Amino acid sequence: MSGKDMQDSFNRWQELVNKTLSRFPEQKERYAFDSGACVERLYTPLDAPDFDYEQDLGYPGQYPFTRGVQPTMYRGKHWTMRMYAGFATAAESNKRYKYLIEQGSMGLSVAFDLPTQMGYDSDDPISMGEVGKVGVAIDSLADMEILFGGIPLDKVSTSMTINAPAPVLLAMYIAVAEKQGVPADKLNGTIQNDILKEYIARGTYIFPVKPSMRLITNIFEYCSKHVPRWNTISISGYHIREAGSTAVQEVAFTLADGIAYVQAAIDAGQSIDDFAPRLSFFFNAHNNLLEEVSKYRAARRLWAKIMKERFGAKDPKSWQLKFHTQTAGCTLTAQQPDNNIVRVAIQTLAAVLGGTQSLHTNSRDEALALPTEESVMIALRTQQIVANESGVADSVDPLAGSYYIESLTTSIENEAAKLIARIDDLGGAPAAIEKGFIQQEIMDAAYKYQKDIEDGGKIIVGLNKYQIKEEPPKGLLRVDPAVENAQKERIARLKEKRDNALVGETLKNLEKACKSNENVMPYILEAVKAYATLGEICNIMRGVFGEYKQNVII
Amino acid sequence: MELAARVLDGDKTACARLISLVENESPGYTDALKALYHRADDTYVIGITGPPGAGKSTLTDKLVKLLADSGERVGVLAIDPTSPFSRGAILGDRIRMAAVSGNPNVFIRSMGSRGHLGGLSKHTANAAVVLSAYGCSYIFVETVGVGQSEIDIAGMADTTVMVLAPGLGDDIQAIKAGVMEIGDAFAINKADKEGAGKTYRETLASLDFKTDWDFKPPVCQTAAETGEGVEKLLENIMAHKTYLYNSGELNAKRARRKAAHMRDIVRDRLTRRIERLIASKADVLENGADPYTLADELIKERFQ
Amino acid sequence: MRPIRILVAKPGLDGHDRGAKVLARAFRDAGMEVIYTGLRQTPEMIAAAAIQEDVDVVAMSILSGAHMHLLPRVVRLLKDEGVYDDILVLGGGVIPKEDIPLLKEAGIQEIFTPGATTAEVIEYIQNNLKRALG
Repeated sequence: MSGKDMQDSFNRWQELVNKTLSRFPEQKERYAFDSGACVERLYTPLDAPDFDYEQDLGYPGQYPFTRGVQPTMYRGKHWTMRMYAGFATAAESNKRYKYLIEQGSMGLSVAFDLPTQMGYDSDDPISMGEVGKVGVAIDSLADMEILFGGIPLDKVSTSMTINAPAPVLLAMYIAVAEKQGVPADKLNGTIQNDILKEYIARGTYIFPVKPSMRLITNIFEYCSKHVPRWNTISISGYHIREAGSTAVQEVAFTLADGIAYVQAAIDAGQSIDDFAPRLSFFFNAHNNLLEEVSKYRAARRLWAKIMKERFGAKDPKSWQLKFHTQTAGCTLTAQQPDNNIVRVAIQTLAAVLGGTQSLHTNSRDEALALPTEESVMIALRTQQIVANESGVADSVDPLAGSYYIESLTTSIENEAAKLIARIDDLGGAPAAIEKGFIQQEIMDAAYKYQKDIEDGGKIIVGLNKYQIKEEPPKGLLRVDPAVENAQKERIARLKEKRDNALVGETLKNLEKACKSNENVMPYILEAVKAYATLGEICNIMRGVFGEYKQNVII
Repeated sequence: MELAARVLDGDKTACARLISLVENESPGYTDALKALYHRADDTYVIGITGPPGAGKSTLTDKLVKLLADSGERVGVLAIDPTSPFSRGAILGDRIRMAAVSGNPNVFIRSMGSRGHLGGLSKHTANAAVVLSAYGCSYIFVETVGVGQSEIDIAGMADTTVMVLAPGLGDDIQAIKAGVMEIGDAFAINKADKEGAGKTYRETLASLDFKTDWDFKPPVCQTAAETGEGVEKLLENIMAHKTYLYNSGELNAKRARRKAAHMRDIVRDRLTRRIERLIASKADVLENGADPYTLADELIKERFQ
Repeated sequence: MRPIRILVAKPGLDGHDRGAKVLARAFRDAGMEVIYTGLRQTPEMIAAAAIQEDVDVVAMSILSGAHMHLLPRVVRLLKDEGVYDDILVLGGGVIPKEDIPLLKEAGIQEIFTPGATTAEVIEYIQNNLKRALG
């Protein structure tokens, strides 16, 4: 059918629609995404007039990777079901890891408590009430030795959600391995190490932008030489979305951050194909199933083009956007929490249909407290049901070719590219963050989302519609407050036992390295091995680098 | 004890209350100010101004810390814009003053501009009087910093520090065009950023518009995030202070300030009176006379 | 009538400030002067700010689970300084229902959990101020 014939037949259908509307109006005058962009009544070939299969989609495992990064996707192996969980002490976590390994899991995921994430020791006054609350407290190599005691680090892959103090925790991991007799080039794992999104959305930053970017490129360089199998960064849109961004903003800001890291490493003299294959991404899975699927496809295509065309990467591995996904914590309601199981199931479908490499599913009770073991189990089972019973994993990128999906994929890619161009005009992601541009965009979207819920334009089941009277939930998880004191005592004992002269010397060397242009990783490693604490090391760096001050954007 | 007396006694809660009283023009506020004004000159007022994004709050934080650590009681007045639509405001300057916000020697007060233009709020100067009576030996006043010309600060402060930074583009040009003259000291902040040297040299050059300086404003580079150069900036401020004292210019400056303050008060009161008078003449306004004739009649009738 | 002055603070170390910021903007749009102190505020910093800023309301948002440590401590400091009787103290965030009576007993007047609307919070504030706006 020619384009004109198609348009004619579409117009005839439109007349039919108008007749129907005069008798049966639609439920809403306008259908829209959370961003406010319009959702059309129907998508047809007219929405993708220049669609070119080879160029726009290609085959899975081939540029531009719209359909996925591997040729066979989940037929070869399901995505990694990686459940992120925090336990208050190193000893408890260690027990849990050993249990998981006995069950056949080789992928560990470490959640740290907030003082650790912010480079404070457990005995720092600011840590009061926070020790062991949202994850494990690590103050020194001694804690790390317990955390991984009896676990062969050459056999497991460990994901650590750590950002500002990432070089310190990575150094501790390398030091533990060394004590086990495992050389660094045998280590597998990931550190989050994405500081830009901390400034934008997550809030656990320490140092200003410039020294933080230096620490990150120091890690890239150190790992490419000494820990070649380590994923040095997980560039995260997850928290940007949680802070209230739209799907388009999530893609744009995450890839803009990615561009900044790549540029920083190139500026530091590294060759793109040396480090780019070790870059990984982390996205959110929100409720709008088809928008989300399109989002992942758009992100893959856009990143492939950026790496190939903008940076001239040669290795196809450098073009691939590989990503972890987590279901959207911000969509979970405290009201009728069991409904959250259904939300997480829809989000799981989105991530899988979008071709994720690994997935964490949230627990139903996360809007109430830390999740219980039973809730975590349901969340994991949700993934297993989607993997084994739903059939969606049996064929690669099964939604491709849908007029809606392809039109949406293209529009998300184009809109995100426009936003990235604006960020480029502002001088790149770090400058755009400093000017508050990114935060303002997200804040405006977050405010609109909240207002849409409050004026009833957006329905959240159980929250602003279909409410019921509820009994307060029981059996929520609590952390024993004794953990904090125990951890404080451990530090006190450590400081008596260790060679304090050696600690002082290694810290002084680290300070000198921070002030110079040298890679700081070897110096951090020396300090860590002398049992300098995380807080001591970070305080040295605070002294030299200063501390980041938040830009208030409301 | 009444509020003013408690403020003179160094009571921080009373100090906070009295600033509110003044800001809201609540009954009794002028009497309180009369009772405190004799202390206004006991304090040294430092204005911090400059374009948005130059790092004013962070720099203020570091300067205040230096003085507070040496035992001085320091006040900070930070002004943010009030929304003309809702009359609400986001006052976010404390966020960058973490280093001193818990310090017992430091009193920080955030103020909405409440419709006042020129970089300050209507009662910023009066709030400084209250802080002075409370015992602050130094007061820092940070202007709104939204890029408009904020020259009120020069009238209120003893020393005005102009904070600039590289990479702010047109904002700097605009600032330079209008208000370079008000800086008694210049800080080129974000000295670690690309282009800082250029901004520094440009600023130095731009001060050559005048050759017969009694006190040529010193220019220094700072990196507020790490604290680098902040001691030098404080030295420069103190050099200006010494100059003002030794030359007698301080008294002259303060007399001008008092005259300006008095002018504001008189103008404010007269304006109110005039508003009332015009409102009472609604009937006359509806007849055919032109506003000039009506004004002549009103002045003749009431003011001559 | 003078504007309501409200301190919006995030005690503790968690960086989830979406809720606090959305509320801060809603407060401003409702005509309040919002003193926003941002992340990582200790109880001492919050109490000092509340006094110096002469606020009518202290609103604290916390998601890290440290609320039982931090919120009552703010109330105690405000009481020690003799200003608690003038300031409405509110909390919000991921706070288990069974903790709410304990927090109220400790002097936090109301706790808003996920799902509370900005309109609800604003209305509560307008109806429960301890000092007149006169």
